[in-house]
Amino acid sequence: MKHTISVLVENEFGVLSRISGLFSGRGFNIESLSVAPTMEADLSRMTLVTRGDDRILEQITKQLNKLISTIKVVDFTHGEYIERELALIKVSTDAESRAEALRIVDIFRAKVIDVTPKSYTIEITGSPAKINGILELLRPMGIKEVVRSGPVVIGRGAKGVVA
Amino acid sequence: MELTGSQILLESLKLEGVDTIFGYPGGAVINIYDDLYESPINHVLTRHEQAAVHAADGYARCTGKVGVVVATSGPGATNTVTGIATAYMDSIPMVIICGQVPTPLIGNDAFQEADMCGITRPCTKHNYLVKDIRDLARTIKEAFYIARTGRPGPVLIDLPKDIQVTKHKFSYPDKVSLRGYKPTYSGNSRQIEKAAKMILAARKPVLYVGGGITLAAAEDELLKLAEQTQIPVTTTLMAMAAFPQRHPLALGMLGMHGTFYANMSVTECDLLIAVGSRFDDRVTGRIDSFAEKAKIIHVDVDPTSIGKNVDVDLPIVGDLKDVLGKLLGILSQKSELVEDSVESTEEWRTMIYEWKERHPMTYRSSKSVIKPQYVIEKISEMTDEDAIITTEVGQHQMWAAQFFTFRQPRTFLTSGGLGTMGFGLPSALGAQVAFPDRQVIDISGDGSFQMNSQELATLVQYQLPVKIAILNNNYLGMVRQWQQMFFEKRYSQTVMELPIDFIKLAEAYGATGLQATKVDEVEATIKQALETPGPVLMNFKVSREENVLPMVPAGKAIHEMVLAS
Ligand SMILES: Cc1ncc(C[n+]2csc(CCOP(=O)(O)OP(=O)(O)O)c2C)c(N)n1
Ligand SMILES: [Mg+2]
Repeated sequence: MKHTISVLVENEFGVLSRISGLFSGRGFNIESLSVAPTMEADLSRMTLVTRGDDRILEQITKQLNKLISTIKVVDFTHGEYIERELALIKVSTDAESRAEALRIVDIFRAKVIDVTPKSYTIEITGSPAKINGILELLRPMGIKEVVRSGPVVIGRGAKGVVA
Repeated sequence: MELTGSQILLESLKLEGVDTIFGYPGGAVINIYDDLYESPINHVLTRHEQAAVHAADGYARCTGKVGVVVATSGPGATNTVTGIATAYMDSIPMVIICGQVPTPLIGNDAFQEADMCGITRPCTKHNYLVKDIRDLARTIKEAFYIARTGRPGPVLIDLPKDIQVTKHKFSYPDKVSLRGYKPTYSGNSRQIEKAAKMILAARKPVLYVGGGITLAAAEDELLKLAEQTQIPVTTTLMAMAAFPQRHPLALGMLGMHGTFYANMSVTECDLLIAVGSRFDDRVTGRIDSFAEKAKIIHVDVDPTSIGKNVDVDLPIVGDLKDVLGKLLGILSQKSELVEDSVESTEEWRTMIYEWKERHPMTYRSSKSVIKPQYVIEKISEMTDEDAIITTEVGQHQMWAAQFFTFRQPRTFLTSGGLGTMGFGLPSALGAQVAFPDRQVIDISGDGSFQMNSQELATLVQYQLPVKIAILNNNYLGMVRQWQQMFFEKRYSQTVMELPIDFIKLAEAYGATGLQATKVDEVEATIKQALETPGPVLMNFKVSREENVLPMVPAGKAIHEMVLAS
């Protein structure tokens, strides 16, 4: 089963390798990982997506918690949360397909951020499912490149995840 | 007061109560060694950095204090890695200080540069690269705190050369504030209450005790609990000395080379109380049949140990001393129920004693060749079971666990988790430094001994009267045993072709060398070794193809043992 986990860590040298090393060293897989500092400069927030059965997930969260640099671990899978990902997509276009591309961009409320005679570069944010959706529709035109940020998540409601 | 980084280091060590460190100098720590020259801290110069770490490890295991190591950058630092991994696997508190190239050169493939934080990340509890002199004192404070609290472990500090000479005002913090590190000490009272109920309801309970019991210094509580409830105790390799093995409730070791009666007890029990043990594969054998009929209570300070390998009915996270103390408190208020339970478990103990009678821990004795087990029995007897025993890794290690009758905590120092050949001699060295007046004996194999034999020099230099007993089968015996049993006796690379003259080797270093080739020389050899001052090496030429039994073949359940005939 897929799990999306938020980890608050000390924003210090080597933290990323501690986290990724924990996964590689124990044979857990990371599907995606995104990291950036929080409002508090000495804290970073990581969002990682992983897969495994209950026992593996229990180990993953326990092992994450065990790291000295880790301050908080939240597995969002069982709660309500909002998930957003950013993708930049370079798609081949010609005179014929251009209108169709723009229509798709419009439907998905995406944006064209760079244009050449042969291509559009499209920016889209949304749930990973939405991004998969637009990719599916653009695929026949020829996708030259896709860059995805991996999802970031935040819980629903007034309460935040804080140190 | 302004001090240099290396002075700050040494002052901090003093404030942490460190009086002895183990190490080896080099360019990147030369400033530390210069300051050490006039420091009251005692430094032991081993002949290899790996040995320095094992020595600090042995020192830590027998005292409960944090072992401290200093090594230079690059090769000095990488030499420490096996020692660090050994300590990590057995949760030994230790602080390793490595020199590092100056901060502006880090990452440049500078001379004798190695990324020690990268290399040791998976085998330390935590590690630090100190990049600013202002962080140094706090880092040392945190390192010691992390090493000795919670589930203990080694912490490495990488200290660049320029930081060692930079001056800064010294003030040692009296508190640590680590928001990401708050070990749980106090066991949940409701869970402990439940544990008491389960214990009182059980008909066939067994205590399965691991090295955590010694890390928490909770051996007294364990003994009280066992005696109060009359629950039999089986110990892992790491806990053999944590429960008096002569005690009627002692079942000895369990697992791959465990006793018949320990393994049967675990297989048949209806309640398994795991205390500071971690269901290691060498203990459990085929995991799905391990304690199949039992409810499991698991007490450990490290939540990641609980539920990792087996499903647990009642997890209790906490310091073992706290948890067992509270459990004893609850039970002492229910003395009538405890009496009832002792009565209703009588049958169970009778069953276990029958198993024990049927298949005691034994071996076929001989008058013509020296049996390695016999040597261990004699050493046990002739030291009043009071010596600190260290081991290397192999058959001799298992025989030491099986045939030495331990009766005092912290007297059996062995590499359980990593299984590091070469651990025994340097850890004995460290133990002897900690206890100059106690008898310290390294039970060794001819293969393992050669992995750190250079430490004979250290023993002689510091006049450390460690006795070394090599059970010499001229084989990498444990591997040979597997080859005999599972590879049709194809002894690939396990025959030590060159019969080494260990007596001459000992003498070359200025130690005493003794040898026994016949059964009736064994006692005299041990006696002479114990009476000879200074380090003594005993070379026992033992029966070569002796096997460690019982044995649970890999992949089998622990009751499917090959027994000694
Ligand atoms: C550093 C290291 N290398 C290899 C091994 C694998 N190994 C385990 S036991 C053993 C044989 C040990 O031989 P010896 O020290 O003579 O002990 P014996 O089994 O003969 O008593 C070996 C090679 C190990 N445990 N550690
Ligand atoms: Mg051997």
